[in-house]
Parts: sequence; C-alpha cells; structure tokens
Amino acid sequence: MSSTPASRLHLAVALDGTGWHPASWREQVARPRDLFTAAYWADLVAEAERGLLDFVTIEDGLGLQSSQFGKLDGRTDQVRGRLDAVLTASRVAPLTRHIGLVPTVIATHTEPFHISKAIATLDYVSSGRAGLRVQISARPHEAGHFGRRAFPLIDLSELQSPAGQERLTDLFDEAADYVEVVRRLWDSWEDDAEIRDVATGRFIDRDKLHYIDFEGQHFSVKGPSITPRPPQGQPLVTALAHQTVPYRLVARQADVGYVTPQDTGHARAIVAEIRAEQETAGRAGELLHVFGDLVVFLDDEQAAAEDRRARLDALAGEPYTSDARVFAGTPAQLADLLQEFASEGLSGFRLRPAVAGHDLPAITRGLVPELQRRGVFRTAYEADTLRGLLGLARPANRYVAA
Amino acid sequence: MTSKPLKQIHLAAHFPGVNNTTVWSDPKAGSHIEFSSFAHFARTAERAKFDFLFLAEGLRLREQDGKIYDLDVVGRPDTFTVLAALAAVTEHLGLTGTINSTFNEPYEVARQFASLDHLSDGRSAWNVVTSWDAFTGENFRRGGFLQQEERYSRAKEFLTTTNELFDSWHGDEIVADQTTGVFLHDAKVGSFVHTGRHFDIHGQFNVPRSPQGRPVVFQAGDSEEGREFAASSADAIFSRHAALKEGQAFYTDVKNRLAKYGRRSDQLLILPAASFALADTDAEAEDLAREVRRQQVSGATALKHLEFVWNRDLSSYDPEGPLPDIDPDVSDNHISKGRAQVRMYRDPLATAREWRELAAANNWSIRDLVINTGNRQAFIGSPTTIAKTINDYVQADASDGFILVPHITPTGLDDFADKVVPLLQEQGVFRTEYEGPTLRHHLGLEHPDAADDRAAS
Repeated sequence: MSSTPASRLHLAVALDGTGWHPASWREQVARPRDLFTAAYWADLVAEAERGLLDFVTIEDGLGLQSSQFGKLDGRTDQVRGRLDAVLTASRVAPLTRHIGLVPTVIATHTEPFHISKAIATLDYVSSGRAGLRVQISARPHEAGHFGRRAFPLIDLSELQSPAGQERLTDLFDEAADYVEVVRRLWDSWEDDAEIRDVATGRFIDRDKLHYIDFEGQHFSVKGPSITPRPPQGQPLVTALAHQTVPYRLVARQADVGYVTPQDTGHARAIVAEIRAEQETAGRAGELLHVFGDLVVFLDDEQAAAEDRRARLDALAGEPYTSDARVFAGTPAQLADLLQEFASEGLSGFRLRPAVAGHDLPAITRGLVPELQRRGVFRTAYEADTLRGLLGLARPANRYVAA
Repeated sequence: MTSKPLKQIHLAAHFPGVNNTTVWSDPKAGSHIEFSSFAHFARTAERAKFDFLFLAEGLRLREQDGKIYDLDVVGRPDTFTVLAALAAVTEHLGLTGTINSTFNEPYEVARQFASLDHLSDGRSAWNVVTSWDAFTGENFRRGGFLQQEERYSRAKEFLTTTNELFDSWHGDEIVADQTTGVFLHDAKVGSFVHTGRHFDIHGQFNVPRSPQGRPVVFQAGDSEEGREFAASSADAIFSRHAALKEGQAFYTDVKNRLAKYGRRSDQLLILPAASFALADTDAEAEDLAREVRRQQVSGATALKHLEFVWNRDLSSYDPEGPLPDIDPDVSDNHISKGRAQVRMYRDPLATAREWRELAAANNWSIRDLVINTGNRQAFIGSPTTIAKTINDYVQADASDGFILVPHITPTGLDDFADKVVPLLQEQGVFRTEYEGPTLRHHLGLEHPDAADDRAAS
C-alpha cells in the first residue's frame, strides 16, 4: 500500500444532536440534557480534532426535526429542537486550532448576503477553517415560518415525478445562485484592499472593492460585502447530493460533495456522473472531492455493534433506515470498506455517528489508528487551513485583473 | 442628596466603529477585522467588570458621490458570528449586537438570538435598528424599499413577533428521560401564529427557551417614534446624549413615557455613547483630545464632511483654506448614501450661513471648522476627573451609565479599565465582581417570566 498523499483518505464527521439514530439520545453516553449548551458541542469537536479529522459538519434546519420527509411527525420520543449551526461552529472555533468547521446553511429562506459575511467571519474567528454545507428546504411548514412563499406538500415518492423534479430543480437552481452570490461576495474585496495610507487619508483602495451585481430569478445582490475577503479567500463549499439535480449543484459550485453509495458499483456510477457534470460546468481541471456518507455503529467486535444497533432499533420501535448506507462492525471492517469505496474514486468520507457519544470516539480512537497503520490517514495536521487539509489551493480572486 | 442612595453605574464597551471617531492612522491602531482584536477588546471589558460589549452594524458600505467612502475604517464582521465566538473567550460579559429589522426575518433572527443566548449562557442583547433606504436593500432579497413612516411599524411588529417566538417555548418542555423515552412533554412545542401587517407566519419554533428567556433589547433611535418604541418595548436605550443638560432632558423625557405602558422607571436604562480622552493630568488630556480630534478629521475627511451639508463635490477646495462661497445644493438626491448623520442637517442653507460666519469670526479653515463644530470627546481629563464626571452625571440622572467608544482598536479601553474603573469601584458605584450569570443580572433587569407573572397576577 502506497502512502503517497494521493492515496490518503479524508475524514469528516457529521454532527447532529446526540447522533443519527433516533434513539441515540437514550444511550448512557448521550447527554441529551446538554444538547443546548456550548460545552456539549465543544466536547464533540474537541474529540474530532483529537482524531485529526479534516472537519466536522453541523446539521441544521429551520423547523423541528421530523421522521417524515415533508412534514412534522408530532413525536415526543426523539430529539427535537436545535441551535443555529453557524453560531455553534463559531462558538467552538476559538476552542479548537486545526479542525475545519462546516455548518449547514439553508439557502431557500435565508439571505446570501448575511450568510456570506457569517461564513467569512467564521473563517476569521477560526483563522481559515470555515466552510458551509448548503441545503434546500422544500417543506411547506418551514416556508410558513417565513411567510414569503407557499410550498405544496410533497411526498418522497413524488420527487421523481415531473412536477417533483421541476420543484427540486427550481430550489437547487436557487441554491446554485445563492452559492454564486456568497462566493462573489467573498471575492468582492481584494486581499490587499486595506491600505491605511496616512498620506492621502485613505483606509482602503476602493478600486480593489467590487460590486458583484448579481441578478437572478429569486434575488439580486449588489455588494460589495461588508466583510473583507476571508483568510482562505474562498471558504469550503459543500453539499449533500442523492440524484442528478443536486449532483449538478455539486459539480457547479462545491469543493466537496457528499454522496450516498450503497455499494462500490453505485459509488463508481455516482462519481462518473459528477465528473461528467463537472466537465459540463467547465470545472474539469479543478479539484472537487466526492465524499461517501456512511452511518456508523463502531465497536471492537462486530457482534457488539450489531447488538447496539438492534437495541437502539428496539427502543425506537422500528428498524433504522437512512439515505446513507448503515455500517455496523469493527474499525478494521470499516477501514476495508472505506478503502474499497476509495478505489472507485471517493477521496474521503463523512461519517455519521449513530451515537455521537460512542461512535465519534470509536472513530477517533479506533478507526483513525487503523487507517494510520495502513498509511492512508494523516498522523498530524499538515496544514493551517481547511482548504490546505483538503489539498485545495488558496484561489485567486475572480475580480483581480489577470 | 444625602438621603438618596447612590445609583450603581453601568458601563459598556463599543467596539470602535466604521466612522471617523475611530483613528486608524495612529501607529497603535490594530486590525478591525482579525478576531484577536475583538478578543482583546472583550477581555479588557470583562477584566474591568463592564456590563457588556456593543457592536454596531451597517449592511452596505457607505458611498459619497457614487463612490465607496474610503477615508474611515471600512469592513466589519458578521455580528452574530463574532459575538458567538466572543462567548468562548469571555465568561460574564454581555454581548450586544445591532441587528436590522428591515433586512431580516423574525424567525431567523429569533433563532439566532435564542441560539446566542444558549451558547453564551444568557448574555445576549439585541440593539434593534431599522433602515429605510433602497440603497441598503440592494443587497437583500426583499429589495428593501420601506417608506420611512413604515420603519417603526415594521420594527415594532418585528420585535413583537420575535417575542412571540421566544415565548413559544416556556422552559419545561424538554424532559429527556432516558428510561421512559420521553424527550418532549408536548408535541406542539414552540407553536406560534402571527398575523399582522408586515408578517404573516405560523408554525413551530425550533429553539428551546434560552437562559434569559429573551435577549435584552436595546433601541437606538432618537426620533419621537424611536422614543415611544423604546418606552414601550426596550430594556435599554443606546442614546446619543452624553452631555449633562441634554442627557438630563432626554432621560426625563423618556422615563416619563414609561408609565403609560405600565412600566417602572428602572425597567428602561439610558446608556449614552461616550468617547473620552484620558491622560495622567487634565492638561495632558486636553492636549490629547485636541490631537485626537485632528487625527479624526484629516483634511480629506473635513472636505467630505462639508459635502454632507453642501451636497456637492468639494474635492477641488483646500481643506486648510476658507469655506466655499457657493451655497449648498438642496435637491433631494443626496451625495452621501448609507449614513444616518446626513439627515441631521435639515436646513443646509442656514447651516452653511452659520458656518461661514463662525469660520470668519474665528479665522478657521475648513478643517478647523469641521474639528470645532464636530463632537468633542464626552469626557476629557485625568482618571480622577473622568471618574468624578461620570459618577456626577449618573447621580444627576443624565444617564444610568455609559457605552464607552474608544478611538483606538483594540487597546483603546485598556487605560480606562486600569485607571478609571478602580476609582469608580472605590466610590462604591461600580461592581467589583459580577453578581450574577446573565446580562439581565448585570443590568438589574428581571427575567421576562417574572415580569409576565406579575402582569398576570
């Protein structure tokens, strides 16, 4: 096994409440009463940093969590309620030094101007470790929280219908516009715009600030940002994608796409489709990571992991299902699976711990050492910025004349 | 005087702003954007036991004559995001953010403040401001032109709506009983319906009740509507009246408005913004004050300030020379965009006439005039003088304390913290330790539940 950087895997962890299994909060390690405290999130991110992970993502949503696709479920036996992900990431940033912080932002109902400066600021407070995960919301009840648009209720099974595809396309096109605005605003100040020229009394060289003049179907944004270009220039943009429409968003706008392959053949097909879309988008030469998402139950013995899964399913009253493949086994088995997927073109993984308090430490203290022994994971942080950890260069500013 | 107990002074720290009070040209001036500057400033304020840190906001870079204004500090972080990070490097300090009610939606702002309040263990505050201009609106979805008379109507409804969202959780919903499997005591948590002129929203709010219940609410406007808004809805006013007589008049005016809303005098704090020039002796402080005023008003800045009144391009004038002979342009299309102060000159012709007379009588250049007609520092003197003046003003009901605005980032508060605060503490008018965990404790404001309970009984 070669240990050149090219063969190395990237690892992220997706943080969501007490974990991804709906009964995770009932585990002894879960700390459900601490969910709305800074200490809870600081501890999780510190654990992820101890394992030298590339970054954490933080889930978010503009409504209560639900076990149903498009509507609330009225359940009282699962975690409900959450804190704003961007603010949670920022609260944790000064307490960490190396790990990337990638909160979820919902493009559908929020302002790209606000989010652009928020993520730029997260990049400042973390000295270059910020990113975002862009998400849409098609849920009628969340639209009702804003009162600007009314969405009809849509069922998961209707998404493949022409009407469903049309709605998805519209929401993802808006998300693509949103990211375009966010990215232009990050570039709307050149890096050396602040000059502090005492002789002329000028604090900035205003020729190095740029209007972005974006006009789209859903919004127009003039610019420039009120926040100078962030340390990474362009913080990381990521998105989760399950089908062609969102693959296109990944291909057009993202640095990392999260996908949900069920097996290696599926992984190969997804990567091929994204690469084709990437070429169509004119980004063929650019580094675009495709990460596989997996839900993990991780224990030293496979039986223990499976027992834990069964116990949680019993508590939940139904078997856990997910958009992502669910893995239950040992660190060595998981390492084998990740390497198989990697051979199909996935450059990293976003692991969703079934129980954050158990499976996150199992990742950092079990999986990571296993991958290190195989020479496919870093043994120390090798870069100061999140882009650096992912092998992404600091990009030139689109507004600087070549 | 002897029978009246001494009022306790409230002090806050305004991060140096995007305007010419802030002297970026001084060799001591540091970054206005790096987090280390914000952390230094916040830690200094906390070391001095200040009530809170205050951040202003502007959502479009200011322009003059169609060009981005380049003479002052330009650029600032996102308010919520930097406050959340500051919560990690402080333990007690209140965190007050200016957030605009015109270019935001209540659901999102309520989520952000409730989250900030959780993440800071109850230290969040919101300075509610409004905008009217399509200029700023060009950065936002709604495009944003709001009739000026609609500003406070939207702001009031915005605040009412966010309060409904904050109050949609009561604090006892999360059971999280791992044995029985009950996480919530009620599936309808956070239910809200708001139907109004500006907002028509309904659903379930998804952030549980935060430690303070609601953020502390500040109001900053000085107009008649602004004062009524404050009297009806705010916990504190960020006022501009730091001088004794004006401060007393404002204080009396606003506090007298409280009764008609069923509120007591101590339920609304008056906290003027105040700059200062502090030195070892009064004489040295006077010299420093003059020097800082000259730094604040460069020749280029002086011409730009004259343009606010003249409403013309005056770049061909010599700032060290006499005032323009031509009269101001009084048409509606104003040369300056994205600033509040432009509207202070309601009769530019009269102001121009008055300024020419002043300049002639004193033999002032354009720059001299702008320096001498602009705001002097509110407090100038030795530590003893400034401590005494602040205390005298507060005891004389010119304010309940001050929001100090240093002119140097990020160290402009250091001397005040080290030299003035101990004197106020010696006089028994400023805390030596924080007495409670939340900003409401620092400000002597009760938790909203307590107020509601009393209203209900």
